[in-house]
Amino acid sequence: MTAQDLALLTPEIVLAVYSIAALLGAVYTAKDALAPQITWATAAVFVGLAAWIATRGPGAEEAFGGLVVVDGFSRFAKAALLLSAAAVLAISQDYMTRRGLLRFEYPLLVALSVVGMMVMVSAGDLMSLYLGLELQSLALYVLAAFRRDSAKSTEAGLKYFILGALSSGLLLYGASLVYGYAGTTLFTGIFAAAGDGRAEIGLLIGLVLVASGLAFKVSAVPFHMWTPDVYEGAPTPVTAFLSTAPKIAAMALFARVLHDAFGGVVADWQQVVAVLALLSMFVGSIAAIGQTNIKRLMAYSSIAHMGYALMGLAAGTAFGVQAMLVYLAIYVAMSVGTFAFILSMERGGAPVVEIGALRMYARHQPGRAMAMLVLLFSLAGVPPFLGFFAKLYVLRAAYEGGLIWLAVGGVLASVIGAYYYLRIVYFMYFGEERGEPVEAGGGVVLWGALMASAAVMLVGIVNLFGIEGAAAAAATALVR
Amino acid sequence: MIGLEHYLTVAAALFVIGIFGLFLNRKNVIILLMSVEIILLSVNINLVAFSWYHGDLVGQIFTLFVLTVAAAEAAIGLAILVVFFRNRGTIAVEDVNMMKG
Repeated sequence: MTAQDLALLTPEIVLAVYSIAALLGAVYTAKDALAPQITWATAAVFVGLAAWIATRGPGAEEAFGGLVVVDGFSRFAKAALLLSAAAVLAISQDYMTRRGLLRFEYPLLVALSVVGMMVMVSAGDLMSLYLGLELQSLALYVLAAFRRDSAKSTEAGLKYFILGALSSGLLLYGASLVYGYAGTTLFTGIFAAAGDGRAEIGLLIGLVLVASGLAFKVSAVPFHMWTPDVYEGAPTPVTAFLSTAPKIAAMALFARVLHDAFGGVVADWQQVVAVLALLSMFVGSIAAIGQTNIKRLMAYSSIAHMGYALMGLAAGTAFGVQAMLVYLAIYVAMSVGTFAFILSMERGGAPVVEIGALRMYARHQPGRAMAMLVLLFSLAGVPPFLGFFAKLYVLRAAYEGGLIWLAVGGVLASVIGAYYYLRIVYFMYFGEERGEPVEAGGGVVLWGALMASAAVMLVGIVNLFGIEGAAAAAATALVR
Repeated sequence: MIGLEHYLTVAAALFVIGIFGLFLNRKNVIILLMSVEIILLSVNINLVAFSWYHGDLVGQIFTLFVLTVAAAEAAIGLAILVVFFRNRGTIAVEDVNMMKG
């Protein structure tokens, strides 16, 4: 029995053992001289594990008496987050090496947080949920403070740590109440205890506290206040990582808790999630307008995008979960390209994050400006590009789930949000040039990631690369 | 006779004290770390009380996990605080203000 359980957890075990072995190996041998190689090796391990997980047969299996669930949903989320983490490692290596930032701990901390995320998305119990979440968060706190000699980076780490610890506390208090009122920590047991229709009040308070803890992790309004500061202060590759893989993991965990443990009482959490979604979309869109720092702008952008993903979840149907997964996959593909662009912005070898510095960028770098234009239009949800279909999906889910007011709000928020994306396009193509122009730094990897991401936004509209079917299978595995 | 509700009341009081400690404290970041610990300990009281009430050991196992993770969390929090202090020379909460969000 134990051998079968362990076999089911092979990807997590492989990654954990790899991280610890690489950590020890690097400490005893070359230390930071090996950092670029370790970065690429870690990215290769991620891609290998993603391929291995994605090609596993269908079907749901449980390990350790239900503590860990491996089903279509967790396979989809794991493959997506492993691939996005690999892409972020690939685009960060060159940038960090040139800034003298690339220490061998960087890829290994990313790997350890990915182990945590993989445990999160296949959690079948409040205990494995908590342990996965903490493994992920503890590694992310350190990553946010990775530039040890920078006041901004350490402040970002400190803020992230304190608010993250508070959110873990809220989540745990909720978990303890759920345990008390359901008498078990297994999601299947909670599902049975919550019953159909209405859950009792103690379980509901627990559910609300768990949901607010998870809303912190996905940075949904009103639990978003850490996001802009952490995104601004953390080193840019870490910001790129924060806005991709952890978002997939936290949203997937949110979906799993709501459907696996509280799937019988959809009416009890639907309104809460819908309000979180509406607030996130509007606050993310409106607060981004005044930003001058592109990393802060991306923070508000990610808040708004998480609002759209939550809209799919709020529908409370299998189609809603499918829409959420499709939205997350497309959002992550856009994010990687956008951050590849941000990582390449520099002047005289120093990174630039001011949006105003992009004035007349198109005259100096027409190719990159065109790729960024495609990505920004896609982020804004302008029709020919992939981002539009992502929004269409979640709007349809909300409409079919009976949340018409939420769908209308989503359309309005996306119109407001289009303004600040298009402002960057305006600067790149029509802005009046002032001062030294921004140069395009970075090697061929950044250029390739930017172009590939832009190409995906155009080519993907043919059939979304078949992720629709995979997401549908994942959603039906989750929603009973 | 001390029953379940007494334990839950103590835990709820500690939880609220921890939350208020996080939001009202303007002096020292160390106090924020202490507030986080209080919140986690209130959870532990809850879990052990429910475990005793249900006659089910899972709650106490959960408590052991929470204690372990809390120790790791405190270690990482203090480490980040030390590098912050090296850069800024202060750990007052009102000085954690380089970025306004």
